[in-house]
Amino acid sequence: MAELTLVQAVNAALAQAMEEDERVLVLGEDVGVDGGVFRATDGLLDRFGPTRVFDTPLAETVVAGAAIGLAAQGFRPVAEIQFMGFMYSTLDQMISHAARLRWRTRGRLTCPMVLRAPYGGGIRAIEHHSESTEALFAQIPGLRVVIPSAPNRAYGLLLNAIRCPDPVVFLEPKRIYRTIREEVALGTAVAPLDSCFVLNEGRDLTLVSWGASVIETMAVAETLSRDGIGAEVIDVGTLRPLDSATILRSVEKTGRCVIVHEAARTGGFGGEIAARLADEGLLFLQAPVKRVTGYDTVIPLPRLEHHYLPSTDRILTAAREVLAFE
Amino acid sequence: MTRVATFEVHYTRLIDRDGRPTQPLPPLAEDRDAMVEMYRAMVLTRTFDTRAIALQRTGRLGTYASSLGQEAIAVGVGVAMTPADVLLPYARDHGAQLLRGVTLTELFLFWGGDERGSNFATPRQDFPVTVPIATHLPHAAGAAMAFKLRGERRAAVCLCGDGATSKGDFYEGLNLAGVWQVPAVFVVCNNAWAISMPRAAQTAAETLAQKAFAAGMSCEQVDGNDVVAVRIAMEAALTRARAGEGPHLIEAITYRLADHTTADDASRYRDDEVVGAHWEDDPIKRIKAYLVDQMDWSKEEEEAVIAACSVEVEAAAEAYLAIPPQPVEAIFDFMYETLPTDLAAQRDALLKEVTRRG
Ligand SMILES: Cc1ncc(C[n+]2csc(CCOP(=O)(O)OP(=O)(O)O)c2C)c(N)n1
Ligand SMILES: [Mg+2]
Repeated sequence: MAELTLVQAVNAALAQAMEEDERVLVLGEDVGVDGGVFRATDGLLDRFGPTRVFDTPLAETVVAGAAIGLAAQGFRPVAEIQFMGFMYSTLDQMISHAARLRWRTRGRLTCPMVLRAPYGGGIRAIEHHSESTEALFAQIPGLRVVIPSAPNRAYGLLLNAIRCPDPVVFLEPKRIYRTIREEVALGTAVAPLDSCFVLNEGRDLTLVSWGASVIETMAVAETLSRDGIGAEVIDVGTLRPLDSATILRSVEKTGRCVIVHEAARTGGFGGEIAARLADEGLLFLQAPVKRVTGYDTVIPLPRLEHHYLPSTDRILTAAREVLAFE
Repeated sequence: MTRVATFEVHYTRLIDRDGRPTQPLPPLAEDRDAMVEMYRAMVLTRTFDTRAIALQRTGRLGTYASSLGQEAIAVGVGVAMTPADVLLPYARDHGAQLLRGVTLTELFLFWGGDERGSNFATPRQDFPVTVPIATHLPHAAGAAMAFKLRGERRAAVCLCGDGATSKGDFYEGLNLAGVWQVPAVFVVCNNAWAISMPRAAQTAAETLAQKAFAAGMSCEQVDGNDVVAVRIAMEAALTRARAGEGPHLIEAITYRLADHTTADDASRYRDDEVVGAHWEDDPIKRIKAYLVDQMDWSKEEEEAVIAACSVEVEAAAEAYLAIPPQPVEAIFDFMYETLPTDLAAQRDALLKEVTRRG
């Protein structure tokens, strides 16, 4: 057991994975000597040496592409992109190759790689450093998209992502990289892929979220509980493939649902969850499904950014609206 | 066997680190006003830099990329351009932007996290700072093609770092500029580092300049701490480009004296002593030594420049700090030419929420 922040948990999971499987390699810009711009790979070069940890030239396309080549050759590359805003040039590699190598070759070649990146806003950064475009990846058949929201789950999910035989896009909510500390059971990967996590049980309302927004969502559940309202909070954890059963089971019980995410609303992953509820849960629903999301704009620069991110205030308003619906 | 091609890269330094000419100098170096103008522009850039870092340290500016040690490149480029040219800067080109007419207040706004910092009042056609590395080289090829299509005698000037030369967009931009023979000048600011990555870890090539050869483009290296060398190379390249003689690449060699940004701690990956030695090559010290030795630069003149730059930067900082944030609905402005109905509904919901919160 160790008390870790989320970014330390990522670091610990990387170390554990490298320890238990020598096929695991770490590559990316500044991941070696510098230990990554957020220190997620701190100490790995010293511990595992330059044949396991590689600083790459400044080129995201080749980071993702080389990881595919290494993976097809039997390594387990974990590639870091410094910010989600710099992942866009990896899309061709991830969509055209990582996601399909197994499918295209009828299982002859596979791509067991992880592409990690910090994502999301709220750190008062310059442009392109606050993106939440997870739905871009979640739309792609063949990719897994995993987003932890606490140190413990970050540790377990990352270990499982690295052990997973499929390509995984692993997005780390950097706003909460260092804001929470939690006991992490090292060596065991308790958080499974492909399952939602029920963080709080309740009978009156289901709140669904992922990433850093889980913090505000939990705070709202807490506020509601003081009014005697039971909000069930679900941390989606793995967006793709989605564990809709857990969400449906909850909504069957509560009849009401609010989905919270930082990404822009239109085409955001909340739309997929709402569609599944409409499709498979319509008869449980006692109120319209509401989404509290970023707006359909570029995420603003720091001076206006806080208006964009889903606040407890906005989540609470939506929750009360849904609760009041008859 | 027949030799089918040969390539040579030349390096130019006109004034050495002590301010002494290394060869007969061009007329520019005799022009006191021109030399003083460049010196002043470099001092202004550094004064801005110092103030920006101080504002960042006290929470009044966002993460900031210092141009410390790179002032000669930005200034040499900025003075060589004419207003009709178009600048496509990267994050350490404050000096060039200022010479183009971008105001200090606009620079503060940009680094302070306000979109208006990219809406320059003066160089209306200049591009804003490009943050995703090297993604703007293709834009330079396109903008330069526009000049060519319209038969205009203008050039696009695009700067980037040494790390940027590893990216596909870098090669793609150069390649297209070469194929289309457009009036573009590319400047690679080789400051020896890309965050923690030393230049040698970016490429096994001997020079960065030679990457232009693969695009069929001429190239050269200059001492990027010698503002006269930078300017002379730029002026020649721009003259050729505007005359339709094709694009050119200049690798300007300098050194990043500061941390990568205010969010970086360079002591994790490089020795302070090594950095200290590079202060000998400080571009401002060099041109000042030249002014003192060759042009009777007086103590009074020196003090006047320093004081004037401080006053100017201070006034801009005050102005910046006094500018209130945009109203919240600005989030929705400029997303599209006209606001779509569904976006208008989101804007109204936000306004309602803000009013409710009071
Ligand atoms: C596509 C992309 N990847 C990563 C980054 C993060 N990043 C910002 S600056 C930088 C290093 C740039 O090095 P160089 O091109 O040499 O310019 P310098 O900062 O040294 O002036 C990196 C990796 C980015 N901005 N864009
Ligand atoms: Mg550099």
